[in-house]
Amino acid sequence: MLSRIAGAAGSTLVVGLVGEAAGEPTKTGALAPADPDAFPTVPTWTRQIGAPTGKGYGQPSPHESAVTRRLYPGLTQPITAYSTSPLQDLDGGITPNGLFFERHHAGVPAIDPGKHRLMIHGLVKEPLLLTVDDIRQFPSVSRIHFIECAGNPSFLPPWGKTAAEVAGLVSCAEWTGVSLRTLLEEVGLHPDAKWVIAEGADAAAMTRSIPLEKCLDDTLVVYSQNGERLRPEQGYPLRLVVPGFEGNMNIKWLRRLHVTNAPAYSREETAKYTDLMPDGRARKFSFVMECKSIITQPSGSHQLTRHGAHEIRGIAWSGMGKVERVDVSVDGGATWHKAELQSTVHAKALTAFRAPFPWNGEERVIMSRAIDETGYVQPTLSALEAARGKNSFYHNNAIQPWRIASDGNVTNGRE
Amino acid sequence: MDASRLAVAIACWTLTVTAHAGAYGIGTRPTDAQIAAWNIDVAPDGKALPPGRGTVEQGHAIYDRQCAACHGLDLQGGMGPALAGGVGSLASEKPLKTVGSYWPYATTLFDYIRRTMPLASPQTLSSDELYALVGYVLFRNGIVPAGTTVDAAQVVNVRMPNREGFYLDDRPDTKERPCDEHCLRATKK
Ligand code: HEC
Repeated sequence: MLSRIAGAAGSTLVVGLVGEAAGEPTKTGALAPADPDAFPTVPTWTRQIGAPTGKGYGQPSPHESAVTRRLYPGLTQPITAYSTSPLQDLDGGITPNGLFFERHHAGVPAIDPGKHRLMIHGLVKEPLLLTVDDIRQFPSVSRIHFIECAGNPSFLPPWGKTAAEVAGLVSCAEWTGVSLRTLLEEVGLHPDAKWVIAEGADAAAMTRSIPLEKCLDDTLVVYSQNGERLRPEQGYPLRLVVPGFEGNMNIKWLRRLHVTNAPAYSREETAKYTDLMPDGRARKFSFVMECKSIITQPSGSHQLTRHGAHEIRGIAWSGMGKVERVDVSVDGGATWHKAELQSTVHAKALTAFRAPFPWNGEERVIMSRAIDETGYVQPTLSALEAARGKNSFYHNNAIQPWRIASDGNVTNGRE
Repeated sequence: MDASRLAVAIACWTLTVTAHAGAYGIGTRPTDAQIAAWNIDVAPDGKALPPGRGTVEQGHAIYDRQCAACHGLDLQGGMGPALAGGVGSLASEKPLKTVGSYWPYATTLFDYIRRTMPLASPQTLSSDELYALVGYVLFRNGIVPAGTTVDAAQVVNVRMPNREGFYLDDRPDTKERPCDEHCLRATKK
């Protein structure tokens, strides 16, 4: 039986397996005589017929209403803002569409798909104008990929309280669309073509330059996410998916692909999304999201309720390819053990992992460390700071510690 | 008919029934006017800058009316980021990244203001207004003098203080080895 208790933030959290012998009288137990649904009576929902079939678009149970995206703590307005995926409440490697993290620079546009166009122009043999229906006529591709915001999180305190606050700007879906390579072959590339500048139709007219090599490799122009059309917040009706590259490049509301011989040096690839180093210079075109993992259960704000066998669960990913291995430590990083990965590991996709975790009331610091197929090892925060200082802001893929107190309360283990 | 002749025949047939040369023949060819109406990308070469000009003084008036509420009368920031200051701060503990201290190209300033500012009414400013605003922001950063008239050539040629401040991503920059036992002792050494 899964025990649910109110967490510190007021949300309902799944905290682990509770044995029948747990003993402590719960609220529900105390009310049992008056409660017609309390175990072991046959509950109301078994003794009467349920809600009708075919009620339009399905919604989560009202009992899950606390599982939502949240604006990042400290944000003062919701227009140029970001909201996190509630990682501490999610299971497995696919993010439900309504809980996929958001980052918008000028709000979510209300696009009429019939009037939306994708224009491909510049260093091409023939420019091309496509409707959304046109794009659906091309051979389709479905692939599972994560998208992660480059600033997930920054290198500076305050450290987040929950997994969402620490790393909730990552999500993963199965995307369906057309390979960008197919579209670029359709227009025919000029020999000088080296970059593609992608632009969104939102009020930010979000613009990023993407190396042609990446566009011809695994980049997709997608119209669907987890089987249904993109949600407005995810770029409806068209989005660029640039697997493994920082979230900002996955241009939403995609309306234009400008093939050029040089990058645009747009504001989002100069003023933003460049990594300031200790000598005052900055890395540019730092696209790849390096290998990373986080334990999501148990994680900050969770509460362990009994002693005995538990399971550590989490997600790992790499912008360089497949996750090869995840290790977990339950002694603050002194010793590490291999976790078990989900059976199918996709390249550049969230990969669920799990490991047994016996806990008998000891104070513990637990953490995970991922290694990808290139052999790259997820670093500690101090290793990243040694290489980059404290002001590089973006691309923080540090190991995340969680502290478990002797009473089972879980908090951020970062000091 | 052999395979290559067949391929040629199909290719010719495709050419005659579609608007363009691609293998699928899906979509239409936009006109030059349609491309021009949408294409607002301005790269550092400035070739795509529109005709027009504006003075620092004109920019000051437009800025106070349309930008200052969010970016501050002295460009010090508010609801929107600071647009001036921070020169010399990049290597310090508290770097301030602004147009003046951080941006490598003035073309980016023109491009960004045109595509998305003012926040609530983007793509409403005329080219003359845009040149004037670029002039004013550059002036407040000490990059051009007060009497400047800004046009396309100015935007391309102005030397931004942090022009040489960027280099290509050289990650991976951490070379951790996966330690399994006594790892805290190992890292302390
Ligand atoms: C309603 C508030 C508001 C108004 C009015 C406004 N801005 Fe902004 N501006 C913002 C916000 C918010 C951002 C940051 C947007 C983001 O990061 O997505 C911004 C960003 C900018 C930037 C980029 C700064 C940087 O360092 O990245 C520039 C340049 C800028 N605005 C210029 C202007 C100009 C010029 C005007 C007047 C024509 C103007 N803004 C009017 C809110 C505003």
